[in-house]
Amino acid sequence: MEVAQETLTTPAPTTAVEVSGSVALLEALIVEGVDTIFGYPGGAIMPIYDALFDYNDKLNHILVRHEQGGIHAGQGYARTSGKVGVVFATSGPGATNLVTGLADAQIDSTPVVCITGQVFAHLLGTDAFQETDVINITTPVTKWNYQVTDANEIPEVIAKAFYIAKSGRPGPVLIDITKNAQIQKFNFEGYTQCNHIRSYRPKPIVRTQYIQEAAELINQAKKPFIIWGQGVILGSAEQEFKAFVEKSGIPAAWTVLGAGAIPTEHPLNVGMLGMHGNYGPNVLTNECDVLIAIGMRFDDRVTGRLDKYAKQAKVVHLDIDPAEIDKNVKSTVPVWGDCKETLPMLTKLIDEKKHTEWLNTFNEYTQKEVEAVIHDELNPTTPEMTMGEVIKQLNEITKGEAVIVTDVGQHQMVACRYAKFNKTRSNVTSGGLGTMGFALPAAIGAKFGAQDRAVVAIIGDGGFQMTLQELGTIMQTGIDVKIIILNNRFLGMVRQWQELFNERRYSFVDIQSPDFVRLASAYNIPGKRIDDRAELPAALNEMLSNKGSFLLEVMVTKENNVFPMVPQGCSVAEIRLK
Amino acid sequence: MSNQDIEKQEFNITVYTENQIGLLSRIAIIFSRRKINIESLNTSPSEIDKIHRFNIVITESEEVVRKLVRQIEKQVEVLKAYYHTNEDVIWQELALYKVSTDVIAEKVSVERLLRENGARAVVIRKDYTVFETTGHREETDNLISILQPYGLIEFVRSARVAIIKDSDGFNRKLREFERLEPGEEVIENEYLNQGEKVFTM
Repeated sequence: MEVAQETLTTPAPTTAVEVSGSVALLEALIVEGVDTIFGYPGGAIMPIYDALFDYNDKLNHILVRHEQGGIHAGQGYARTSGKVGVVFATSGPGATNLVTGLADAQIDSTPVVCITGQVFAHLLGTDAFQETDVINITTPVTKWNYQVTDANEIPEVIAKAFYIAKSGRPGPVLIDITKNAQIQKFNFEGYTQCNHIRSYRPKPIVRTQYIQEAAELINQAKKPFIIWGQGVILGSAEQEFKAFVEKSGIPAAWTVLGAGAIPTEHPLNVGMLGMHGNYGPNVLTNECDVLIAIGMRFDDRVTGRLDKYAKQAKVVHLDIDPAEIDKNVKSTVPVWGDCKETLPMLTKLIDEKKHTEWLNTFNEYTQKEVEAVIHDELNPTTPEMTMGEVIKQLNEITKGEAVIVTDVGQHQMVACRYAKFNKTRSNVTSGGLGTMGFALPAAIGAKFGAQDRAVVAIIGDGGFQMTLQELGTIMQTGIDVKIIILNNRFLGMVRQWQELFNERRYSFVDIQSPDFVRLASAYNIPGKRIDDRAELPAALNEMLSNKGSFLLEVMVTKENNVFPMVPQGCSVAEIRLK
Repeated sequence: MSNQDIEKQEFNITVYTENQIGLLSRIAIIFSRRKINIESLNTSPSEIDKIHRFNIVITESEEVVRKLVRQIEKQVEVLKAYYHTNEDVIWQELALYKVSTDVIAEKVSVERLLRENGARAVVIRKDYTVFETTGHREETDNLISILQPYGLIEFVRSARVAIIKDSDGFNRKLREFERLEPGEEVIENEYLNQGEKVFTM
């Protein structure tokens, strides 16, 4: 009774503060741990930018040169930091410029929250200046999106956005906020992070029966083979994965986005899978008896022809996304769940083994590949340099410690094949969408996400010209990003296909480039162009020891092909060495 | 005809969702990006407050439908999706037929027409009469062919609604969901009691 009286006589503390929707948004971002925002202002997002003016000490806004650059930077930041990348853009063209990055983030499961400004709510659907139907445009390329028309919605919606973007299988979220909601004052009663949405199940419930069945299959296997993907990294399950691999003694190969989850030089790491992957892992996929797929989605670039993919093998598939199980490859034992939880359960039940003979089979194939491809690619005797030898030299200097950001094309496959990774979150590339123009802005974001690490962007002459305006972002922020342009004066990967499959009909792949070094110089970025092998080590050293960004253009062989290669429509066992 | 076509049959997809703007578009895209035609789509509130129920009919192979249902369930606002063959559900469609009252009164024995087709007159006006039937497609189609010679003015048929024969309803499933995955304790943010310090504007 006394307590009740006290409650009645003591005024309740009032914590609500009247703020605008824009201020509430920024406060929400701070509570979510956001420190960096990539963005570009415009008319419909001006109230948010106006509020941001007073948050300079808490939120570091990076002014990019194009919204596409903003979202790729957000992706790079997310991929190296493990945090959510945040991007601001205005309505209409600002928002539509995000679409490529959203699609990229969606297919590569990258957590990004994009905030777009929108015209006043009363103008929606009237074709107002810079109005586009952003929600419907971005629906197919977002994990979730929502249009805010009332400031009162902002705290709850932003909390949901972050929760959805980073939980379960991560992905991009877009929140479109009308201008009136940005301006509108409301009683902000604080911000509560979201950790439950009734209809949303970020992680499926682990079924122990399947863990047991998987362990039995693995224990009985004579020629088991692990293939892993980015799910290991996204789930922060690198240690759990390493423990599983080492106890089981099973050879393990990686997809492009899985690179670095265990070091390249790990004795059980047998190489890269897929169209330009290593010879052994591809061929032996069709010889193993149990295939254990962890956090990977059997992309067609990995599987080649599905009807000829690992037909002899029993398949154990571990994935957090139930929709990935049986989507492309039918699994014998599906293990739904977060691999950070399921891998230790599995490791506990498996026998400690060494599959020495089976592992040696991979080594035999590796030797064959070294002789046919790798040796000459890394130690060429031709006058012109190869992409491979540049990566080899880079490895020697960085010792596998650098973050390597690649664009899309031949250089990407060469870099992924030959770059050494000693640390996780070191390989940032556009794996699923294959977005040319990704690397330069992504490298900027990657550096903000991993400021204590060297970040090296490796880009082709074609891809660099798609988003080179982001040199301006480097200039203005003074960020330290090393840029290597591997210039073969061609759109190399398309040319390779035209050579191999279109009788050398080189249709519109001969691309001219500006003087990249002078261009960088215009942005106050030092640079160098080399075409002599003898200059390569010194030039790389100069680049890496330079305080601040540096652009190194390396002229490489014009018509070099990336081998091995699984031609489209072929089985992985039909991989060609030349 | 390919094997895949032979395997195809009508499937009824039932989806329980939050009542959320834009969700219809998200679900429709799952079909359209795979170039799958939705033959019938109905959405309505369910027996549970704030939960909507979609009934979607497509003709596809079971393997494709299974994958589609998983993609639908991935959507944040979708609680659960099921698929069933026609044998596993009880389904109905509603049809309305508008005919000239004069013609129908002169040339047709209305009483017989109604009795034989399980129809009922919804509206009778001087200029037109509207009949209604409920049933499977072939049943509602039958009345079209009967009325067509008498100058059927207008016809409309609803989307299919379907009840799953062996379902216990969604109430129990929802309770089970909430029992298995309750929200964790929410943490209020540290700024709540620091209004002056935080809100510097």
